Amino acid sequence: MEATVALGGNPNSGKTTLFNALTGARQHVGNYPGVTVEKKEGTYAHNGCKMHIVDLPGTYSLTAYSVEERVARDFLVMEKPEVVIDIVDASNLERNLYLTVQLLEMGIPTCIALNMMDVAKSRGLEIDVEKLSALLSVPVAPIIARTGQGKRELMDKAARVAEKKGETTPLVVSYGSDLDQAILQMQREIEERRFLTDIHPSRWIAIKYLEKDEQILAKGRETNLSLATWLERTVEKVSVHLQQTLDTYPEAMIADYRYGHIRSVLKQDVIRETYDKDRVQTSDKIDKVLTNRFLGPIIMLLVLMGLYQFTFTYSEIPLGWFEAFFGWLGDAASAILPDGLLKSLIVSGIIDGVGGVLGFVPLIMFMFLGIALLEDSGYLARVAFMLDRVFMIFGLHGSSVMAYIVSGGIAGGCAVPGVMAARTLRSPRERLATLLTAPFMNCGAKLPVFALLIAAFFAENEALMMFILTLVAWSGALIVAKLLRLTIIRGEATPFVMELPPYRLPTFRGLMIHTWERTWHYIKKAGTVILGISVILWALMTFPGLPDSEVQHFESERDLVEAAASPAVIQEPESADKEAELSADASALKEKLAAINTEEAETALRHSIAGRIGTALESVSYLAGFDWRTNIALVGGFAAKEVVVSTLGTAYSLGEVDPEENESLAQRLASSPNWNPQKAISLIIFTIFYAPCLVTVVCIAKEAGSWKWGAFSMTFNTALAFGLSVLAYQIGSLI
Amino acid sequence: MRRLIMRQMTDNQSGTISAIKVSGELGRRIRDMGLVPGTEVMIQGRAPLYDPVALRLKGFTLTLRNNEAEHIEVEV
Repeated sequence: MEATVALGGNPNSGKTTLFNALTGARQHVGNYPGVTVEKKEGTYAHNGCKMHIVDLPGTYSLTAYSVEERVARDFLVMEKPEVVIDIVDASNLERNLYLTVQLLEMGIPTCIALNMMDVAKSRGLEIDVEKLSALLSVPVAPIIARTGQGKRELMDKAARVAEKKGETTPLVVSYGSDLDQAILQMQREIEERRFLTDIHPSRWIAIKYLEKDEQILAKGRETNLSLATWLERTVEKVSVHLQQTLDTYPEAMIADYRYGHIRSVLKQDVIRETYDKDRVQTSDKIDKVLTNRFLGPIIMLLVLMGLYQFTFTYSEIPLGWFEAFFGWLGDAASAILPDGLLKSLIVSGIIDGVGGVLGFVPLIMFMFLGIALLEDSGYLARVAFMLDRVFMIFGLHGSSVMAYIVSGGIAGGCAVPGVMAARTLRSPRERLATLLTAPFMNCGAKLPVFALLIAAFFAENEALMMFILTLVAWSGALIVAKLLRLTIIRGEATPFVMELPPYRLPTFRGLMIHTWERTWHYIKKAGTVILGISVILWALMTFPGLPDSEVQHFESERDLVEAAASPAVIQEPESADKEAELSADASALKEKLAAINTEEAETALRHSIAGRIGTALESVSYLAGFDWRTNIALVGGFAAKEVVVSTLGTAYSLGEVDPEENESLAQRLASSPNWNPQKAISLIIFTIFYAPCLVTVVCIAKEAGSWKWGAFSMTFNTALAFGLSVLAYQIGSLI
Repeated sequence: MRRLIMRQMTDNQSGTISAIKVSGELGRRIRDMGLVPGTEVMIQGRAPLYDPVALRLKGFTLTLRNNEAEHIEVEV
């Protein structure tokens, strides 16, 4: 037998832990069609039965307000899983059963997994499992998902429900005489006209009409307009009556009675408290310190700094391995392949491009591990709680802070994991605004540009300048977020209503799966698109090549230099050891040749499409003080911001420039008549705000669910950056 | 018995919810989380900037913004 098993439950009820315990490494992560809600699937073999397990998004209810709720409900209705395992936190029974009651009202074959029995016990709660099962008429299996205890018995019970093939009668909850009467009346009409009854139980449809469920209302209007109108009018009548007599709404009353039903079940000796109810729990004690008015923010700052230290210190070593590997790969390819376009394509286009992206993998992995740790332990919710007041002003949510910080809110992050960290936000508008503004933060790749320009023009105030740039990035991001929330992502704040889950020690397995999942996502997303774009960028900077006459001109110059030297001197660099020092003549020759080569590179770059674009842009970019060289560097920087400095190096005929050791370039810029502090400031501002790098754009598009937002962030950010740069440059020039 | 708006409650004060005066999405979210009339709540504390507020109810902790707590009436 094969069966589809859906896992449903409240957030923080241990759903993911159970999913991991059941499926182990046999999982597949995707998205529900059309939305960016993660869909995790896996398999579990049980007594020769292959169970296809689908993890539904964690929800508190099954109304259709949030995307998560809609997705969960649609899955249950459309895919008709053989059984739903409803994970219920035993230490928090009353609220968790609210979802259970809704599942039962829908007539979905359900089996309850009563999780965290150990936690409940330690809190002095004793639960009569048999009685709960009898009162709700569903099988209940006590489990401890963290240790996997009770897993087999649970799956036994679930399999038995699945075998019955959906023979369940929906639970009937009484909603008080006024509503019950209306429900019966509506139910009769619904059944008579077979109104949506092929997909939903009739009573449930009536309840959804009373709750003003938009999804059902819209579906109803499409199916049978006249009946739908009658139903809506009936609801209106009850609603007016309730408001006049009891000052309440039908949906409020339904929630009251649902909770009332749950309380009446629990009161029948299902739950027994053996300890004092007011005993302060450990988690609350921790909160007394961690969210304390004075200590809280200080500890938070330390924790976030710690996350940074951890990520950047420990990822450095594997980052070096990756770099070395791609360097080696590039060298190997250079050695094997004959000189020419193919070699240039593979080495400069593909290996450098893809390597540049995959080179980030260790960094991303450590960052995700750190975030998973904060998230799984429950601390992230506290951070959101403490900072919400600040972010609310700008139309964001407390949880936005994580995306900002990871993106480079503390200079040196990376926008890619930052954009992905916005996943923890459950409010759609706040999340989109966060996604679009996080890339303004000063990521690690922008730092070399700042370092170069600061060293060249503001060497005496380095630290102060870096601090100012961090402030500029934060205020820019927050102000733009506010602007977006007032214009294109307008709309009321999503209710904050958030649970502070008790502190828990994360499981090693959970952390590993969490981290690997996201990292793999990144590799897949970035690895595919980036390959294509790297090739295009390479082509832009390579074609068209220099005309033959130019090439010959450089060739003859080289010949001229070599002819002037004696044959022995020419031989020397090739035959001598790398370690051995060259004679004065030989090194002079080498320098001369190198100078010719870099001049050729500069001429070739200017001749290429990218160079022409750069030159063409000069007619506009002069307003911000950028010449064609800077333009090319910025165009290249779109691939990855690291490229800005190295391209500037090429454009200024310095040959290969190591972004870490750009002293000579800094000197060159400082002494160049083409440069001045105003231009430097203008370029810095442009670098902070212009289009996010390619990988980030890809991630934004994926996370926002539409390429429209990827394109938006490219054009809007660039326009904004240009406006600010022109402003800074023009004002700077006046003073 | 005194009726108070939850926003006005002080830290560590407890009470019983008497009414939720809001409909729509916010009302639904509040009720989904178990804030229904008859529920006992205790103010656990407030964030460093005095907003949001953390409440303890039914054995778990919930946070609400002050402007959301505005709609909840509590008997203390």
